[in-house]
Formats: sequence, structure tokens, C-alpha cells
Amino acid sequence: MSRVPQSRVPLYAFVFFALAMFALPVEAHLNSTGMGPFYDGLMHFLMSPEDIIPVLALALLAGLRGANYGRRTLFVLPTAWLLGALAGLTAAAANPHPFAASAWFLLLGGLLAADAKLSLRLTTALAALLGLYHGYLNGTGMGLFETAAVAVVGLVFAVFVLIALAAALVVRLQAHWARIAVRVAGSWIAASGLLMLGWAVRTR
Amino acid sequence: MRTGISRQWVPHPFAKRKDGSEEGVGAPIRLPLAGWVFRVVCVATVLFLCSPSAFAHPQKGEAVGFLTGFRHPISGLDHVLAMIAVGLWGAQLGSPAIWLLPVAFPMVMAFGGMLGLMGVPLPGVEYGIALSAIMLGAAVMFEMRPPLGIAAALVGFFAIFHGHAHGTELPPGQSALLYSIGFVIATGTLHAVGIGIGTVHRWAWGKMALRVAGAMVAFGGAFFLWKAIV
Repeated sequence: MSRVPQSRVPLYAFVFFALAMFALPVEAHLNSTGMGPFYDGLMHFLMSPEDIIPVLALALLAGLRGANYGRRTLFVLPTAWLLGALAGLTAAAANPHPFAASAWFLLLGGLLAADAKLSLRLTTALAALLGLYHGYLNGTGMGLFETAAVAVVGLVFAVFVLIALAAALVVRLQAHWARIAVRVAGSWIAASGLLMLGWAVRTR
Repeated sequence: MRTGISRQWVPHPFAKRKDGSEEGVGAPIRLPLAGWVFRVVCVATVLFLCSPSAFAHPQKGEAVGFLTGFRHPISGLDHVLAMIAVGLWGAQLGSPAIWLLPVAFPMVMAFGGMLGLMGVPLPGVEYGIALSAIMLGAAVMFEMRPPLGIAAALVGFFAIFHGHAHGTELPPGQSALLYSIGFVIATGTLHAVGIGIGTVHRWAWGKMALRVAGAMVAFGGAFFLWKAIV
């Protein structure tokens, strides 16, 4: 086995830190990455907590129920999201109802916290409904069809990856405390939904 | 067969032989921080001191909403005492209370926050908050072990007062979603801190330390009650 001589380590460390110091500033916080519509769509999803958190909650819920639920959600939710977004691209701009986001948070967070024993059919229906609703809202605000269609693909790709990672992580969890930690995350999501509901009533 | 300049392993000047004697000529002076780690740390420190300002701060006020929400529960000592006491008590009671109480508290607190946001009045909020620290601190101090339902109801009852106080004090112009997430995460983190401290319960000295901590929480609650009355 080759071994790096000890005297070279400071040199490598110096080069590494020097390169790190002169790195260009990141632009990952901008929705427009300058890398094309595919990554614009992907980043749009990753920078939208109102989209990410319900997807995460559903993926965790499906993961708690098992691999079969996870696989079903993995394909149904992105497909529904894609269909909803394509429908939204051709529709007039729509504003989300102020209570809708909090309702999704409450519903999915509550189900996750309660570790609800949903049937596979009901989980599928929830995934389809969530995908269609959020996809439609995303689609209505995306502008020109040509570039927006590519952005939608990037967005759906991000949804797919998030579900795959989150559900697979939870399916593998065996320890009791780890599964409870997932349920605690659900209670936090539901609690956030309650606060958002109060906020929506206040600012109405 | 490899050609070119051959590399020979040069022993480190401070390396020790198997018999314990030093390499090199004479007895070298061993500096406590000598070695390549020290040199790398020096170079890194110099480079970090010369680094330009960061550009990673998010725009459009997203971080403001999250950070404001996160800061809110930890900004008042009366809230902090009660929320840590919930974690301590949960750790004392063990499973399932150790996770049920920290789940119940944020949910009911968020409900109280929702009432506060909607403008639903709740009398005696400050008294309720101070009493929560007294009661929860006393529960930890005396290692009370009521049935799980009663413990959850007690925690939930006082959580409404905490949530209502936060709900009525929410600053305008924040991102509702990120504020709410930050708010709930901070609350849950405080419970986790309490649970983490409460894990000392497994030792005899830890049990006594927890009871002392409970007494301090109750004392703090009494102080805040006195302040609320006066």
C-alpha cells in the first residue's frame, strides 16, 4: 500500500486551503442558477419549504409503513406532480389558498406523528392529490411553456430524489428511538401547520 | 522496474527508536506543538484571517423569518425553564413519557400560538407561564410519577399559555412558514436539551442532580410569578 510521505502533508494542506480561500462565491441561494431551466426547476423546489416539507412528511410516512408504500409513493407523487405542473402551464396564474399550505402540514404531519396505519390505496390517493395540487401551483407560475417544461422536469426530478432518499432512510430504521424521532419530526410539522393557520387567519 | 529518482524514507528528527533513544545528533529539544499539524494550523489561521467576506447570506428575508422564529422561544428565561423542565421530567419518567411529553408540548403550544394569532384572549398568561415552571420544576424535584395521561395533560395545559404568549408577540412582516418552523424547532431543541441533561438519571448522583435542577426551575418560576404579581 502506498503511503504519502509525512513531509508532503503540509504542502497538500497549504494548496487545499489556498484554493479554498480563493474560491468563487456560491450562488446556490438564487433561484436562477444560470445553469439552464432544468436546474432552475430543481433549485426552485429545493428553495421552497412549502413544497419540500409536505413531500418530506409523506415520504417519511410511507417509509414508516414499509418498502411497498415507499415504492408506490416514489412513482405516484412525481408523476402526479408532473401532470399537475403540465396542466398548470397551460392555465391562468392561480394563487394558493392561504389555508391550503397549513392544511397539508397539519394533515401529513399529524398522520406521521400518529404513525397512522393508512392503507396503500389511501397513501396512493394522498400522494396523487399532493402532487397534483403542488404541481399545478408550480406550473401556473413558471412562465413560457418551452423553458418551463424543462424546469418542471428538473423539479420533478428533485421530488423523486427527495422521496427516494427519505423513504429509503426510514424503511431501513429498526431502532425504536429512531422511528420515534421520525414521528417527532411529524409533530413538529403539524405544529408548524397550526401556527401557519393562525397566521393565515390573522393576515386575512 | 521503476526508474528515476529513488525516494528514501528519511526518519523524522524527533522519531524514537525501539529502544527509546532519539534519532539525530545530540538530544533534540522537543517542542510541545512541533510537527506538521502545528504548521498546517498556522498556515490555515493566517489564511482564514485574510479571507474575504462571505456571500452566502440568503436574500429576500428568508433567514430573518427562520431566525426570528428560532430566537423567540429561547429569548425568555421563563419559557426556557419550563421547556427544559419538560425534557427533564420526561427523562425521569422514562419511556413512553420521554417522547410523548416533548411531542405533546410543541403541538399544544402551537395550538395556543394559533389562538394568540387569531386574537382569542386568554386570561392570566404570565401567571400560567410562571406556574408552569413552578409545577414542572416541582414535578422534577419530587420525582412525581403520575399516570401518563395526567402528565401529558399537565404539560399540555401549561403549553397553551406559552404558545399564546408567543402568538400574541409575533412580529409583523415575517415569513409565516419559516417563522413557524424556526419557532417549533427551537422549542423541540430545548426539550431535547432537557432530555439530554436528564439522561444522568441513570446514576445515583444524577438523580440527586436532577432533583436539584428541578428545585432551581421551581425557584425560577416562583421568581417570575412574583414579578408578574408585583
